[in-house]
Amino acid sequence: MDLNILWFILITVLFVGFFILEGFDYGVGILLPFLGKNDTERRVIINTIGPVWDGNEVWLLTAGGAIFAAFPHWYATLFSGFYMALFLLLLGLIVRAVAFEYRSKDENPRWRMVWDWAIFFGSAVPALLWGVAIANMVYGVKIDAEMNYVGTFFDLLNPYALLGGLASFTLFTLHGAVYLDLKTTDALRERAMKMTLRVGPVATVIVVAFIIATYFFTDAIEHLGVDPGFVPMASLLSLFGAAYFVNTKRLGWGFVMTSLNIGLSVITIFMLLFPRVLVSNLNPEWSLTIYNASSSPKTLTIMSFVALIFLPIVLGYQAWSYWVFRHRVSIKSELTY
Amino acid sequence: MDALILARWQFAITTVYHFFFVPLSIGLALIVAIMETIYVRTGNPLYKTMTKFWGKLLVINFAIGVATGIVQEFQFGMNWSDYSRFVGDIFGAPLAIEALMAFFLESTFLGLWLFGWEKLTKLQHLVSIWLLAIGSTISSFWILAANSFMHQPVGYVINNGRAEMESFSALLTNGHLWVQWPHTMFAAISTAAFFVLGISAYHLRRPLADEAKELFRRSFQIGTLIGIVSTLGVVLAGHAQSQYIIKVQPMKMAAAEALWESEDPAALSLFTVASEAEQRDLFAIKIPGMLSFLTFNRFEGEVRGIKDLQAESEATYGPGNYIPSVFLNYWSFRGMVGAGTLMLGLAAMALYMLARDKIQSPRMLALLVPALGLPYLANATGWIFTEMGRQPWIVYGVLRTEDAVSPTVSTGMVLITLIGFTLVYLVLMAATAYLMLKYATRVPGETATVHAG
Repeated sequence: MDLNILWFILITVLFVGFFILEGFDYGVGILLPFLGKNDTERRVIINTIGPVWDGNEVWLLTAGGAIFAAFPHWYATLFSGFYMALFLLLLGLIVRAVAFEYRSKDENPRWRMVWDWAIFFGSAVPALLWGVAIANMVYGVKIDAEMNYVGTFFDLLNPYALLGGLASFTLFTLHGAVYLDLKTTDALRERAMKMTLRVGPVATVIVVAFIIATYFFTDAIEHLGVDPGFVPMASLLSLFGAAYFVNTKRLGWGFVMTSLNIGLSVITIFMLLFPRVLVSNLNPEWSLTIYNASSSPKTLTIMSFVALIFLPIVLGYQAWSYWVFRHRVSIKSELTY
Repeated sequence: MDALILARWQFAITTVYHFFFVPLSIGLALIVAIMETIYVRTGNPLYKTMTKFWGKLLVINFAIGVATGIVQEFQFGMNWSDYSRFVGDIFGAPLAIEALMAFFLESTFLGLWLFGWEKLTKLQHLVSIWLLAIGSTISSFWILAANSFMHQPVGYVINNGRAEMESFSALLTNGHLWVQWPHTMFAAISTAAFFVLGISAYHLRRPLADEAKELFRRSFQIGTLIGIVSTLGVVLAGHAQSQYIIKVQPMKMAAAEALWESEDPAALSLFTVASEAEQRDLFAIKIPGMLSFLTFNRFEGEVRGIKDLQAESEATYGPGNYIPSVFLNYWSFRGMVGAGTLMLGLAAMALYMLARDKIQSPRMLALLVPALGLPYLANATGWIFTEMGRQPWIVYGVLRTEDAVSPTVSTGMVLITLIGFTLVYLVLMAATAYLMLKYATRVPGETATVHAG
């Protein structure tokens, strides 16, 4: 295995971590206006992710940095190409980050309402756009011989990518709902459980539709075959597993399943891409790959050492932080946010 | 207006705005960590109240710093894709390492610190704030390692049409980094010291209950001690940096001094009105020999001027204009140095107030409240100076800014994002200012007034 492959795997790992962790943050943010019936309940909802959302988001910053360091052409083409989408995503992330911190620092109900909607849109817009962006990466975009994206913003809004957006949106919402089942109590928990049962089937139908569409709109069959192999199958199975455990009220397992589903779906998408990182639909020769988009072997070597030393350390203290904040949050808890 | 100009404006606005908050986060994390250390060691609850008071202002500031930092990570790819392709092999690494080593540490332990008052042991909680402070220091190192490469590219070879890394250690031992990093760190700490001094001074001027008075008196002490050390540090490090920049980027310093002709001994300008088109002074007050003295520690020695440096650059890089905006360099440099010098004087005054037990002097306290703005002026003008002084280069001597911009991003798109970011930033600035004022002026220990629905 060469370093280019290692870095493709490492970036996959970063996105797996990012989507599993930030996935439920987005879901919680999306559900905030619908599950919180009063200010205290809304505070409880925000406080369930209060100590961890920022650390979760760093998975994205690290993935972005890793793409820049390991595959500069991927970084350059992706972010200059998906320009307007990224702009909207960044606006969402900016207002959301500030909203968490500022929301409860003033008692004025209008102040809080504005920030609550900032949390909602700052979660909903990225949750949707991530699916759109990832779907486009496998669908193929207009990349020319100079590795530049020459399409428009509206080219990115093709039906397949929009379906991808709906899939990520509903999946994250489901993931967030199950997370709230595990982190809240009493009336709020009841409502979260009802919501889980309502979102579950919708997410399942849309994700299955997206999987079917992937066979038609991408080169999945050429690339992985009709039977795509273990990971994609396990991804689908975990979705049904989530449905089973949610319906039998075993929510810990339900959360494991939605996490598995998100993680395995990300791996599937990256398997579908490999060894490409951005597919050109103008000419397959112009696709960016882990070889023509990469940094020099020297940079990859140095970065490999850094990543292999620090990633386990990060995992260690993040896991500890989840352990510290493992308890449910209730309206009687001391609410920081 | 073309995409290049707008992309530059966007970078300037988002970066200056981001850096409006960053120094306070770095410095205040350290100061709050020191306060909490005193609390843990002495068990005195006053220091717990103090930690929480300043800690609240820290998290308000931290949130906006983090949020605006997200853009920094991605805008190289968005607006500067040719730059990213050209230097990514070198420039990407410190950014990724920064995220991996610093961002995770900061974000995770900020969460633990903020939410962990009741869940962690005292020691674990203290370690959390220290890890936050260490994380933000590590972060500053890596981002400045990246920035220093733009000012003084080292350890690279041009290969495959781009700059490729030849030596990682050269990147880390870059002379520019080792003058820039101390200067920036001291600046960050002095920003926080003046923040603490200014807000403490505001409270000390008002009638206060004994406990609150004691809290701000001791905050004032901490702010003074850290303030005098860091301000002295920033001035000395800045002096070393200037001497270094004259060697590696002589044009930047010549522009900062509006020095048209090479001089030996060179005079220091105190006030110059110049015509950039005619490349001459219209009016100037100068101290003879002083620039040579500042550069070489003696009253002689040639400091090269703009015209000679332009000719040298043309000989090396071909025809072109290698002169940055003299007006902007001259005044931003003076803004930075002027604010820094005032800060040194005010820090000395605060020390005098402590030593002579004049901490209640209303007139001296009144000076320290608006002085809170000085480090902000110095930080912003310092970055405008260092980045504008490098023009027309984005990587000094290697890549021009005009060749770095994204070729496929249209003017309209940059304009939309420029307006979008600016408007959102303005709204967030207003919200931040509102909360900062609210919590900075609130007396700790007093119960918060609850606004009725």
